[in-house]
Amino acid sequence: MTRYVLHRLGQSLVLLVLVSMIGFGLLHLTPGGPLSQFALTPGMSAATLARLSHQMGLDRPLPIQYAEWAGHLLRGDWGRSYRDQQPVLAIIVSHLWATLELMVSSTLLAIIFGTWVGVLGAIRRYSLADYLATIGAMVGLSIPTFWFGLVMIYLFSVWLGWLPSGDMYTNGDASLLDYARHLVLPCLVLTLVTIATWSRYMRASMLDVISQDYIRTARAKGLRPRAVLIHHALRNALLPMITVAGLQLPTLLGGALVTETVFTWPGMGRLFLDSISYRDYPVVMGLLMFSALLVLLGNLVADLLYVVADPRIRLA
Amino acid sequence: MSAVAPSAAELPPPVLAAPSAARRPALRRFMRHRLAMFGLVAIIVLVVACALGPYLSPYGPLTIDLRHRFQPPFEGRHWLGSDQLGRDLLVRLLLAGRISLTVGFAAMGLSTAVGVVIGLVAGFYGGWVGTALMRFVDAVLSFPAIFLLLTLAALVSPGVLTITLIVALTAWMEVARVVEGQVRSLRERDFAIAAEAIGVSDAHLMLRELLPNIMAPIVVAATLNVARAILLESYASYLGYGIQPPTPSWGNMLNNAQEYLTSAPWLAIFPGAVITLAVTGFNFLGDGLRDALDPRLDVHR
Amino acid sequence: MTDVLMVEDLAVRFRGESGVVDAVEGVSFRLREGETLAIVGESSSGKSVTALALMRLLGGPPNCVVRGRATFMRQDGEALALLSLPETRMASVRGRDVGMIFQEPMTSLNPVHRIGAQIVEGLLAHERLSPRAAEKRAVALLDHVGIPEPALRARAFPHQLSGGMRQRAMIAMALACRPRVLIADEPTTALDVTIQAQILELIRALQHETGMSVIFITHNLGVVAEVADRVLVMYAGQVVEDAPVDVLLHRPQMPYSAGLIGSVPRLDDVRRRGGRLAAIPGNVPDPNTRPAGCTFHPRCAHARPDPCETARPALEYVSDGHTVRCARWREITV
Repeated sequence: MTRYVLHRLGQSLVLLVLVSMIGFGLLHLTPGGPLSQFALTPGMSAATLARLSHQMGLDRPLPIQYAEWAGHLLRGDWGRSYRDQQPVLAIIVSHLWATLELMVSSTLLAIIFGTWVGVLGAIRRYSLADYLATIGAMVGLSIPTFWFGLVMIYLFSVWLGWLPSGDMYTNGDASLLDYARHLVLPCLVLTLVTIATWSRYMRASMLDVISQDYIRTARAKGLRPRAVLIHHALRNALLPMITVAGLQLPTLLGGALVTETVFTWPGMGRLFLDSISYRDYPVVMGLLMFSALLVLLGNLVADLLYVVADPRIRLA
Repeated sequence: MSAVAPSAAELPPPVLAAPSAARRPALRRFMRHRLAMFGLVAIIVLVVACALGPYLSPYGPLTIDLRHRFQPPFEGRHWLGSDQLGRDLLVRLLLAGRISLTVGFAAMGLSTAVGVVIGLVAGFYGGWVGTALMRFVDAVLSFPAIFLLLTLAALVSPGVLTITLIVALTAWMEVARVVEGQVRSLRERDFAIAAEAIGVSDAHLMLRELLPNIMAPIVVAATLNVARAILLESYASYLGYGIQPPTPSWGNMLNNAQEYLTSAPWLAIFPGAVITLAVTGFNFLGDGLRDALDPRLDVHR
Repeated sequence: MTDVLMVEDLAVRFRGESGVVDAVEGVSFRLREGETLAIVGESSSGKSVTALALMRLLGGPPNCVVRGRATFMRQDGEALALLSLPETRMASVRGRDVGMIFQEPMTSLNPVHRIGAQIVEGLLAHERLSPRAAEKRAVALLDHVGIPEPALRARAFPHQLSGGMRQRAMIAMALACRPRVLIADEPTTALDVTIQAQILELIRALQHETGMSVIFITHNLGVVAEVADRVLVMYAGQVVEDAPVDVLLHRPQMPYSAGLIGSVPRLDDVRRRGGRLAAIPGNVPDPNTRPAGCTFHPRCAHARPDPCETARPALEYVSDGHTVRCARWREITV
């Protein structure tokens, strides 16, 4: 097991280096590169730019620049925002929680209901409910997230008037209920992004498990169907879902970005779009790197969790 | 052959393999088939309507008619209503469809080509090259597609061509993975080894021997990629970084729709519904093709 | 001796992708108290399906239809109609009145639960026990089936045990509630020969001790000779011969039974120069396209166009406790 963990850590490190190279490449693709901030300043002469470029070390060989950039990154120096000169990492972290709240709440919903739908589809395979779930999942995967958000706003805010159409709080109201009311719609919309995939994989995994010999053994022991389902089938079917959850992370983050835009939710996605419209490249780059790191970390955690959850791997 | 081999493990009859899993293959195939057919019909109808529709309409896409702004749908002169400038929504939807579908197909072609080349090379040569390429694929996949898409879109001036390129750049990785896996397993098979033994070139081996054998998964992945490309384009355009007005695209028609959600909800409803229809169509078709062409690929089972 | 289980006209029909399959047709037998009944046959002869149908472990209609009657006599004299019992009642029969062990001890144990927990679970389902007491019982059971260091093994996961140990654990699990009947579905097929003998010996010892009846499903006649009191030979979903073990092994009446016996390698045959293994030519017919007449006739050396290819033979009385399904059994010597 130690070998596996080390192997997996090594793999993640390699990916980390590659991810940072791609990020560095993109940074240098920006018009003017890291200098773009100054390039846009009125009255900036070519000579001054060249001097700045030399000062910032931009005339040195790329590998050296990369090493320096990566070194800063590792030490937490992600540059400063063009907009307000705040450190990029601090800005990102200040927006992280709003996004995490959205992601965690919607993932919980997706896992609970997606598991339920998937299990039902597997044990009542080819029933009407199963077909509806299959079609529903396919349509769910096809609906543009932002449009689903608009429809939800139209239904629940404009038409029914039950829920707020955006933001995280009503000004002057800091109650938990107010926050919860604001969370409902974006959370539902983001749930749509993952629930379809989750229920499909859950169904496939469950189908795989219920045809296993040990399910027959459990029934032969005289266990009640519910005990067989929960204790034996579900327990095993959920194992591969740990990996699925890890692999879903990029989709979830992307979905969060779109959802936050529609609902003016003050998270990382919102920050990303604001930064893009300000051409605030350091923040854009920082967010891109940060999200990739989050994904790498998520996948690593998922794989290690799998090792913990599956006794066959633990001691093999 | 000994009919009773005392040591041979007895295989249970195949029906027993999944005793609790009900099997109703006819209904299943019928449904699968029907969904794929639905997808195909939806796509054809959309393509034909977008291609021909605008010629049949008395309204131009840019015909501004300020006397008839915000006409609700299904009443009056505009079937699907009109927008804030009095433009006919249906005509704009169809013209937008031309752009969105073109971007979808073009980005699919491009991303599939890139994915196939990278997957072929990685799977064929394997070793150091293959590992490096596939790790690169993994690395790109670590970036959420929309983040990558918007970053790239922010770097370049938006337009139909650039958005196609950018969408393709964020959608080739899955194809590469599928192709690499297939090639790697095929490469070990006899015919590839035999072809190699008689001394054909690598390119010949890849394009003439291996590629035809993996067309099925490529077609499936390509079909699903159209759906993905249409979605990505609509995200970018909705957020203002894709196709720029006044050229309509399904995504950018939703750009202002949120403002008018209270007064003119149809401006938001219809474009999104059309995107959903198109994407669902390609997803159903891709799923049906997957079942028909290669059951092993069926993750839904 | 009293009957523990009476099976009458059991039939199992599957509806699969390839059409309708009659996996079992008209199977009847009685199992007496303390008796070991061996059900013998090749692959897809219907012997495992028979056992699973009795345990109601097959899928439900419309894909699988089970017909016939199966009456189980409980210790307290209550007669249970196994095939028509409500599912919750049936669940209380499984594991408590009838235990079952399977061929693959590797895949038949849940990989993510500890051995002890898997036994405890069965105990708690049927008996009023505290979890602690159940755990103690589980360890005692493991000890009883000859697993060394049972307390340690109870904490182990299935993959940490050897094949033989896993099958012992399976047996402990099946016998935890002292069932009246144990159904053993090819329990030794997946094991090494030396382990096979140990498992057979274990089952025999436990049977001796508890007085339970055993239905032993196997394709191995060598095993039959060792454990069985009576033998049911199945071919293509039907019982073709039913006889006490000595009678069957020495005076079989059905050519198929004789063929099975002839294909068992024996030491004295091999020693004798030129001694060869007599194989039954051909294969078990595909359940979709069973031949008309006697289903065995295409492979039978004694087959005649009439009557073997025209009429499906009935089970005929040979002597007390011996029936055979062969139209020509009086005329031929097998």
